[in-house]
Amino acid sequence: MTVSASPTAPASVSAAHRVSAHARWELRLLLRNGEQILVMFVIPLVLLIALTFARGGDVDGQAPIVMAVSLMATCVTSLAIGTGFERRSGALKFLATTPLSRLDLLLAKAVATALLSAISIAAIALVSVLLGWRPVVNIPGAILAIALGGLAFAAWAVFLAGALRAEAVLALANGIFIVLIVFGGVVIATSAMPGPIGAIIALLPSAALASAMTASLSTGAFPGTQLLLLLGWAAIAAFLARRTFTWD
Amino acid sequence: MMAAVGAVTALLGPNGAGKSSTIEVVAGLRAAAGGSVRLLGCDPADPAVKPRIGVMLQQGGLYPTARPLEWLQYLARLYPRHADPSELLELVGIDPATRTTTRRLSGGEQQRVKLAAALLPEPEFLILDEPTAGLDPLARRNLLEAIGRRRDNGTSILLTTHQLDDVENLADHVVVIAAGRVVAAGTLDELTGAHDAVSFGAPMHLDTAPLALSLGVDYRVEEPMPGRYLVHGAPTPRVMAGVTAWCSDHGVMAEGLIVGRASLEQIVIDAADAQSRAEEIQ
Repeated sequence: MTVSASPTAPASVSAAHRVSAHARWELRLLLRNGEQILVMFVIPLVLLIALTFARGGDVDGQAPIVMAVSLMATCVTSLAIGTGFERRSGALKFLATTPLSRLDLLLAKAVATALLSAISIAAIALVSVLLGWRPVVNIPGAILAIALGGLAFAAWAVFLAGALRAEAVLALANGIFIVLIVFGGVVIATSAMPGPIGAIIALLPSAALASAMTASLSTGAFPGTQLLLLLGWAAIAAFLARRTFTWD
Repeated sequence: MMAAVGAVTALLGPNGAGKSSTIEVVAGLRAAAGGSVRLLGCDPADPAVKPRIGVMLQQGGLYPTARPLEWLQYLARLYPRHADPSELLELVGIDPATRTTTRRLSGGEQQRVKLAAALLPEPEFLILDEPTAGLDPLARRNLLEAIGRRRDNGTSILLTTHQLDDVENLADHVVVIAAGRVVAAGTLDELTGAHDAVSFGAPMHLDTAPLALSLGVDYRVEEPMPGRYLVHGAPTPRVMAGVTAWCSDHGVMAEGLIVGRASLEQIVIDAADAQSRAEEIQ
């Protein structure tokens, strides 16, 4: 079959403009979504205050953990659930007919998620300082923990969103999120779990992120092992997402 | 199959014939299972072609939580050249100032927002999958007029539809596909003229040889499906007399007699029959 017309090609919009346009679009829709605000800001802040009071005013121990929770929530809700519904509504399929390429879309999602994560971590840091947080920061450790942790959860989120139906993504992402927070070495430290179980759970990305955040923000240590673990989880998820992601 | 420049090409065929698949291949959404597709002289997957086409998908293609105007304003940032989003919404009959999100719009309104999104890049090639599905008569007429104006401005248009009067009103070229293959293609006149015939229903498996003999070499008689008879050739009074005489000899009535040019509907129904027969053979 041949489809032909005059060969007058207009110039195209630069990739940077396309990525920035789509990132702004994602942020606009996400920040309007009440559920998103609840999961990203309200729940972590309530958790911060509740844990701090439950643990005798020890905000120093809680702030890094709550930041890990918020980072996980941002990736899971904005990426997994958001992208799952974009697939179902056919929006992704339509976007594939526009100049926005797949790479543009992924980069834009990364930018939007990174910005949301930064805003949410900044909000938690601010409230923690008001509650008396005195962090001992290892700056490269903290930045790498946030970046690699975000990357690992983002890649898992994209894998889920690309492989399953939107409703299944919603249920599974929320389920995994809650299980990981409670039993994944986040709120309950792996050191407080029985030996072999704790050792296994410490390998989970949630535990690695929580302990990397705690080390780099409370003790000023560089969490090398946990960062390697997060990198490994990110690599596995990126590989799976690449293989299974479909746009419709 | 060709879709000509500055013309409306309608892709018709029964359900499952492969219309939407063809649209998706042309829109660069999936690779062709065989053969080759060139769009504006490029591969449909070529990024350089994306700013020059506008696509309206049959299913979905909108953000449920977005408002129509902000959706078009976002899309406009992706295109080097585009129409004004507000004017475009007015053109398709959507209030640009509406605060209603897409999911709360009616089906017909969503359909019109999708058309506006396809028209936004002022495309050289417009691809529309079932653009008039689910529209009330007035909305449908407005949409067809909008498509017609684009064609008059030199836009090439490929569309699929089940509404055959859309095709009769708008299409310059018609392509009928069944079971993934082109079964008929041409202008509307060529297609319906090629089906010059008299067709009628009667009990199945009657002997057609005497009828063919009485009509002579210019005519051909067949029973394309049991109980449906076709006499190919110019319909004249002599043909009618021959058919009546033959029916009388068999003691049967000719039912559902269609004289003259076949309707587009009959062509698509024939394609559907051909498709289901092909499926039975498989």
